[in-house]
Amino acid sequence: MNRDGIALWLTPFVARPIALIGLCVLLAMVIAAAFAPWLAPYNPYAIDPISRLMPPDAVHWFGTDQFGRDTLSRAIYSARMALLIGAGVVFFALITGIPIGVLSALFPRLGHVLMRMVDVLMAFPSLLLALGLIVILGPSVANSIIAIGAGYMTTTTRIIYGLALRLRAETYVEASRSMGSGTWWLVIKHILPNLISPLLVQASFVFAFAQLGAASLDFLGLGAPPDIPSWGNMLAESRTFITRAPWLLFFPGMMIVLTAFSLNLVGDALRDRLDPRFRNAFGGEG
Amino acid sequence: MWSYALKRAGAALVTLWAASVIIFAFIHVIPGDPIYVLLGDTATPDQIDRLRHELGLDEPIVLQYLTWAGHALRGDLGQSIFFQAPVTRVIADGAETSILLASMTMIWVVLIGVPIGTIAAVRHGTWLDQGLSGVAMFFASVPTFWVGLYLILIFAATLGWLPSSGYPSIFEGGPGNLRYLLLPSLTLAAPNAALILRLTRASMLDVAREDYVRTARAKGIRPWQVVRRHILRNALLTVVSAFGFTFAALMSEAVVTETVFALPGIGRLVVQSILRRDYPVIQGIILVIVVLYLLINLLVDLAYRLLDPRVELQ
Repeated sequence: MNRDGIALWLTPFVARPIALIGLCVLLAMVIAAAFAPWLAPYNPYAIDPISRLMPPDAVHWFGTDQFGRDTLSRAIYSARMALLIGAGVVFFALITGIPIGVLSALFPRLGHVLMRMVDVLMAFPSLLLALGLIVILGPSVANSIIAIGAGYMTTTTRIIYGLALRLRAETYVEASRSMGSGTWWLVIKHILPNLISPLLVQASFVFAFAQLGAASLDFLGLGAPPDIPSWGNMLAESRTFITRAPWLLFFPGMMIVLTAFSLNLVGDALRDRLDPRFRNAFGGEG
Repeated sequence: MWSYALKRAGAALVTLWAASVIIFAFIHVIPGDPIYVLLGDTATPDQIDRLRHELGLDEPIVLQYLTWAGHALRGDLGQSIFFQAPVTRVIADGAETSILLASMTMIWVVLIGVPIGTIAAVRHGTWLDQGLSGVAMFFASVPTFWVGLYLILIFAATLGWLPSSGYPSIFEGGPGNLRYLLLPSLTLAAPNAALILRLTRASMLDVAREDYVRTARAKGIRPWQVVRRHILRNALLTVVSAFGFTFAALMSEAVVTETVFALPGIGRLVVQSILRRDYPVIQGIILVIVVLYLLINLLVDLAYRLLDPRVELQ
């Protein structure tokens, strides 16, 4: 991307400082995930029976849990799980949504059948669909990604389908077709490049909602294995001690909120920067 | 109108049929033979053969589906393994809690989302609008159960004003028992009220740009009347059409909320049934919720059509 391109992408953040804060928070999350072993003051798995349920102090900034594990260290390591789940769900939604949506727009007969199937999947509320898939696949990190991703695959496919239909009707696409361009050429040259910015908006919202979905699965005990540090798992464990150790409830929850809130801010800023023709595509989601 | 309604209802039935095939397939794609799943590891070969025959699992799969669907149409969703009772009865036992919870939640959502969204739209661009919109986005980014746990910590554990868990039926303890649902319904309302708030605001700002609003203002109608009669009324159409979406979100979040507050509703039943491997109950609940969801979407579509005559022309 050239310098003008980068400048164009930065405009929504300069115009709205709060979105810039959101971007910084996300950057901090990525750094926390990447450098967790150096940033975390303790081993997130280290049990210390003597300092069980200690309130936050100079030694343990976020306090300790019922096994004496350092909450700050666990919260930092949990950023890895959050990024993994978020990126995994976005990847799953795009890798399924792009081919189905684009093919459906290009081949109306096939599209009719495929979009009806997407409609059928949309008749299942997202968490119920996820729970059903978890029953079939069994609880694990990878299956959490698939189970949550399936719910966002449908909305993402619908958005891509709508955008691709509109792009197909554009004059320049018709001109290219009338000059003998093949279907693949149209897809690669005209349709996919124009999907990038609306999909970036969709990706930030899906990333945000995936955090909440994964937290719910972890909280119900149907997500990542309980010993793996994740904000949802930490909250699930904190439940028994909320009156004795409210800091166990506060910190992991704040992490989820910060992440999802930042992603929503960034998504909103990107959406407002987007080509006005595509703005309506995100009606009920945000 | 009638032909549209029939067409829409037909489409909903086709979707329901396809969804029912998926839900039927559910019990067959769970790893392992459904018979072992149903009977557990200790079953004798004799028991296995008997149940296989009873459930018709020795029949061709298409026939099995038709039998299952036929029973479902007559209100027979099979037997719960855990409760040793009909699935329909198990679901009906949880229905009171879930229906009351959903109703109370919708009241909060409308009472909070619409007026505050209106205020944000009227004060568009001011610090009040930015503050309210920020709060709404905050609540849209919060895990439902986290709100629930904080409400328990504050209003039940610390202040002791409200019960933190359970719900005894109002038919046994009187309407006073609704206080058990106060914190859960507020928990469930938080993200959905935030959504309706944002939607009301956005939709009012859209309508405010319409020509008829300018005409109304030019006629000298009082500003508040313009907001109430011309902007809000038309903006609410969009909000009504989002109720289908809200219902789906409500169903998802109710699963978590009912678990947090240990409510004897359908949402918690799903989670418990998953942990108990009570597959017929999971299957039954998913079917019932899909039927409700399709029905609500159908009604919302028809209501939208009735409320907004312009849609008919398109």
